[in-house]
Amino acid sequence: MRIIAVISGKGGTGKSSISAAFATLNGEVVVADCDVDAANLYLLFNPTHEEEIVYITGHKAVINYDLCKSCGICESYCRFDAISIIDSKVFISEISCDGCFLCSHICPENAIKMVQNDKSRMYSGSFRNGKMVYGRLAPGEENSGKLVNMVREKAKQIADGNGLQTIILDGPPGIGCPVISTITGVDKVVVVTEPTISGLHDMQRTIEIVQKFNLPAFVIINKYDLNSSMSKQIEEWCKQNGIIIAGQLPFDRQITEAMVQAKSITEFNPDLDISKKIKVIWNKIVNQKR
Amino acid sequence: MIKIAIASGKGGTGKTFVATNIFHTLVKNQIDAVLVDCDAEAPNAVAFFKTKQTRVIEVTQLVPVIDISACTFCGKCHEYCNYNAIFILPPVKIINVMEDLCHGCGACSVACRYDAITEKPVSLGKVNLYSYNSNHSLIEARMNIGVMSPVPVIKAAIKQINNQAGIAILDSPPGTSCPFIQTVSASDYVVLVTEPTPFGLSDLIQSVETLKVINKQYGVIINRYGLGNLDVYNWLKVNKIPLLMEIPFDKEIARIYSEGRLLVEEKKEYRIQFTDLTEKIDQIVTKNKL
Repeated sequence: MRIIAVISGKGGTGKSSISAAFATLNGEVVVADCDVDAANLYLLFNPTHEEEIVYITGHKAVINYDLCKSCGICESYCRFDAISIIDSKVFISEISCDGCFLCSHICPENAIKMVQNDKSRMYSGSFRNGKMVYGRLAPGEENSGKLVNMVREKAKQIADGNGLQTIILDGPPGIGCPVISTITGVDKVVVVTEPTISGLHDMQRTIEIVQKFNLPAFVIINKYDLNSSMSKQIEEWCKQNGIIIAGQLPFDRQITEAMVQAKSITEFNPDLDISKKIKVIWNKIVNQKR
Repeated sequence: MIKIAIASGKGGTGKTFVATNIFHTLVKNQIDAVLVDCDAEAPNAVAFFKTKQTRVIEVTQLVPVIDISACTFCGKCHEYCNYNAIFILPPVKIINVMEDLCHGCGACSVACRYDAITEKPVSLGKVNLYSYNSNHSLIEARMNIGVMSPVPVIKAAIKQINNQAGIAILDSPPGTSCPFIQTVSASDYVVLVTEPTPFGLSDLIQSVETLKVINKQYGVIINRYGLGNLDVYNWLKVNKIPLLMEIPFDKEIARIYSEGRLLVEEKKEYRIQFTDLTEKIDQIVTKNKL
């Protein structure tokens, strides 16, 4: 089995469009959308919901005012500035509460209850070229990367159960916990960047995190022709740092056209220059030995 | 002072592009403004300005240190820890702190009855302060590579906003979970930047749902119109959400941005549009505060 993660650091560089193309190039695959707070792949693949799993994102502290004596002990212990006392009434900010349980442990009146956040879900099912897993974080719920772990593990389990050899993980932007969860235990990481100052800077931070995990990184410079000299700069940096460039893709409005028609670019028109290039890139990534 | 967050569910829709151009317009119009880059995982805004660094603030978190000689391996700290950051095997007298998982809540120290736990600070990142054009300033949240959550660094950056300034522009991280919520909850108004594509719309809907939960006022900027389809316009109309501004898809604009230059500096007509935008937002916020 091979597991390939597609990440980027900077958002909007084309992770999902490229993941979608990878997922529809060859034989059946398992595709998992690990961007749980802005999941998009389901829009292209319209998967069936064969299984729905409730995901508990964490807990929030809630005060029982019948018991609370406004002693303020909880406020003095909270390290997240989540508790305030206004006119001798205790308030807990849902936004700041980290769900650590400490206030509920130390309250002498037992007036604080911890309530589960249980609105987030993980779905799995089938799409036209195999199986799909994706998570959806409920509005305002915490993305600790644990849901991403669940999505990734489910993808493996489904691949095993169905004899599928390839797993493609479409990752979230950034370099924090959900990204780390996405690349944990994968074989190869594809880093999609774009020829902008931001693209270069964020790619460098992303590659640093990939190297911390001792994983091979493959860079794709997407929309390279929007600024060829910046693309050269990215290329140079990769060369100097021994990073493989899997390929460069031109800007093409058809990518958006394909998205509007709920297709990957390679499904939309396999004869386009960009579709052919994606195919070459995919082969290069899978065939590269460690 | 008013705080305006520039946010989007989907990455790469043009948050930093909008934030830097609004900030520069305010500076040019001699309005006292500060730009706060809250995208601590991938901070890019400072690169657009010639700045002078004035201060660096280290952001740390406390993690427990266990004194094995005083520890009785009772397991109380493990029981109190809601993040599974304490690993304990009492029969063989092994206890370890997984610093990566620790949120620094202090519950373990409270739980320990044998004074075996002290705490030490570990670095999470930096808040960089810059001066620009003599009396304007920029604040940058920058998370260390390998750290799980950008939230403490974002909070620390927001704390640095000097409330004397007229307007603070907060460049938000992508997504709709905690990093986004921390940024927008500190703001008086949220500008959501989207693009007229199925991915853009889907993530916009999710951002709006989250903003409704935390009760924030918002308006939308459509970036790169001319790409994609008209669904987002219809959705805004049906849901009576104000469309604040439209920016066309234009390779020249993409090129200006890619080189770290500012559109309002290069093209005068956009200076006028961004001035109108800031006045529009100012009116909405002022009306709302009355």
